[in-house]
Amino acid sequence: MRVGFFVTCLVDLMRPSIGFAALKLLEAGGAEVYVPDAQTCCGQPAYNSGDRADAVALARKVVAEFEDCDYLVAPSGSCSGMIRTHYGELLADDPAMAGRVGKLTAKTFELTNFLVNVLKVQSVPGTFAGKVTYHDSCAGLREMGIKAQPRALLARMPGIQLAEMAECEMCCGFGGTFSVKFGEISSRLADNKCQAIANARVDAVVLGDLGCMLNIEGRLRRRGDTTTKVLHIAEVLAGEVG
Amino acid sequence: MQIASMHFKANAHVKLNDAGLQRNLGKIKTKFVEKRRLSLFELDDFEGTRDAARAIRQRALDNLDTWLGIFERNATARGATVLFAETPAEVNTLLLEIAAKHAVKKIIKSKSMVSEESALDHAIEAAGLTVVETDLGEYILQINDYEPPSHLIGPALHKSKEEVALLFHEKHGTPLKSGIDELCLEARGVLRGHYLSADMGISGGNFFVAETGSVVLVTNEGNATLTTTLPKVHVAISGIEKIVPTLEDVATLMRLLPRSATGQSISNYVDVLTGSKGAGEFHGAEHMYFIIVDSGRSVVLGSDVSEALRCIRCGACMNHCPVYQNIGGHSYGWVYPGPIGSILTPMYIGLKNALDLPHASTMCNQCGVVCPVRIPLPDLQRKLREKEFEGNLRPWYESAALKAWSFVAKRPALYAALSGIGVRVLRSMAGADGLIHKLPLAGGWTDERDMPAPAGRTFRALYRERRKVAAR
Repeated sequence: MRVGFFVTCLVDLMRPSIGFAALKLLEAGGAEVYVPDAQTCCGQPAYNSGDRADAVALARKVVAEFEDCDYLVAPSGSCSGMIRTHYGELLADDPAMAGRVGKLTAKTFELTNFLVNVLKVQSVPGTFAGKVTYHDSCAGLREMGIKAQPRALLARMPGIQLAEMAECEMCCGFGGTFSVKFGEISSRLADNKCQAIANARVDAVVLGDLGCMLNIEGRLRRRGDTTTKVLHIAEVLAGEVG
Repeated sequence: MQIASMHFKANAHVKLNDAGLQRNLGKIKTKFVEKRRLSLFELDDFEGTRDAARAIRQRALDNLDTWLGIFERNATARGATVLFAETPAEVNTLLLEIAAKHAVKKIIKSKSMVSEESALDHAIEAAGLTVVETDLGEYILQINDYEPPSHLIGPALHKSKEEVALLFHEKHGTPLKSGIDELCLEARGVLRGHYLSADMGISGGNFFVAETGSVVLVTNEGNATLTTTLPKVHVAISGIEKIVPTLEDVATLMRLLPRSATGQSISNYVDVLTGSKGAGEFHGAEHMYFIIVDSGRSVVLGSDVSEALRCIRCGACMNHCPVYQNIGGHSYGWVYPGPIGSILTPMYIGLKNALDLPHASTMCNQCGVVCPVRIPLPDLQRKLREKEFEGNLRPWYESAALKAWSFVAKRPALYAALSGIGVRVLRSMAGADGLIHKLPLAGGWTDERDMPAPAGRTFRALYRERRKVAAR
């Protein structure tokens, strides 16, 4: 099974350790992982900003880079959601992509869903001592159906205690460029999320998307919370954090 | 209604810092979100009912001209007069012509958002006639110097009962009250006299039923029933898109509308009004008119956001929108707030007058998953973003930054070189805590948040190194 790993630009630029944690999980689950070295961005920033031409160009690039793999897996609900739910519409008018794009979108997976439902992993390498809460990212939840999978994987870790926070499905306010264009509204939404995390009295909030991660961590620290950890699910499952 | 949509960001700033409003907005989750959630358990197959509702609304839109023709024929056969208004101004002209024809002096009104589009109440008053809003929320806003509504079904949602009590005390000259029941009774006392003395009643229209020529009104206060049956003239005003083919269709839509709106299994009142009062009939207005309004809807119908016209005005999209929940409806600056307003407002008043609205969403799609007629709201907002981008309607620096990112992302070697430098520079800007506290050109982010700094090396660079080591 040849798994193409789409690292995503945010992981590539901001938190490469998450990429390596994801690789470790995929390999531990028995996948042969292939990392196309010219990969960059899925095109979502362009797509959601109305720049369709650039989104199309980047979508074509991703299709060409990954179509030879059995699967495309990304440590992100947002980027995998972009590919799986939007590439079909985006490339519908491109005769060179006919047939190709559908094949890729059908085999595109978010990491935890892939671990649970394709690799069917029974155990994960990591251990974690402490209480965590899981934040459902919007695209992961509503485009990719990611809800039970990360929780099921966390439940298999010895020492971890999972506590649901209030409104765990509520948007954290990131929204890509929204976070900069409407910084004040975005920050308020992030603050609401931080309050829910604080009320849950946990050691860490765990999530599956870098955008939410930077947003929530950024607001938590500005609020003066220097102790609550903000962790990507891949790092936790791989045992790359304590 | 006066347009303030171009001031979205400034309006939102004010609302975010209005402690009273923030308290009042808290009602959305208990009054609407939670009640809707519980009421959906009553349906055996919510998703299947949504599919049916979507199909009903789409079928009407796909052959809108045909259904409007059938409606007109059937309504006319029952003694009603069907008029079409192309513009908001025409709505007001037609209404005033009807009023003049029947020597109308006083008009009572049940809720009509379409009439807000043309500021009908102001036109009526300018013509020297009296108009009284009878929906409690609309009445509150009317006596508060025509404050704009902030929600599709709860126009005065932004107000607390204490604010309403004070308003009644001042405007009615009555002793200050505190209970909601007392306030409702007071409004009822004031309104009762108007029902009996008015010559014309104006209503909106939740649905126009083609097969019967009826208008369907979905209300909770009973004011629409009185408004449409006591005065000698009834005028129902609504958009061309409110057509549904059959009464059976209404039954299906009614399984979703009250539940999606207020979490009720059914609203307290559902009026189906057909034709004028015939010989020997006891109820109804002697003269019945329909003003069926285009005001930009046919443009929407022919556009790539036409699915927005399926909307049945339940308000679920705004109730569930994290942005709306935190800034309220007034920030959006026109008649229709929230996610559906972010599509309809730019289409009805012009994209250049509402540039922020299609962008005022995190694309979380909470609206899309609750919409009873499956309008893909974020997808439609994105379509409008595309129009702004194509029309060079975005700020130059925003487009330039976006273009630069895509230019680099399309060129892997350039991406590798620049990202390697970029993450190092950003890393160097961080304090000992690993956080960047101020980021030039991204103040929107760092005004109220820190930016966790990048690790300093990219995954791609580290991965290549690892591969080289492994190959050795």
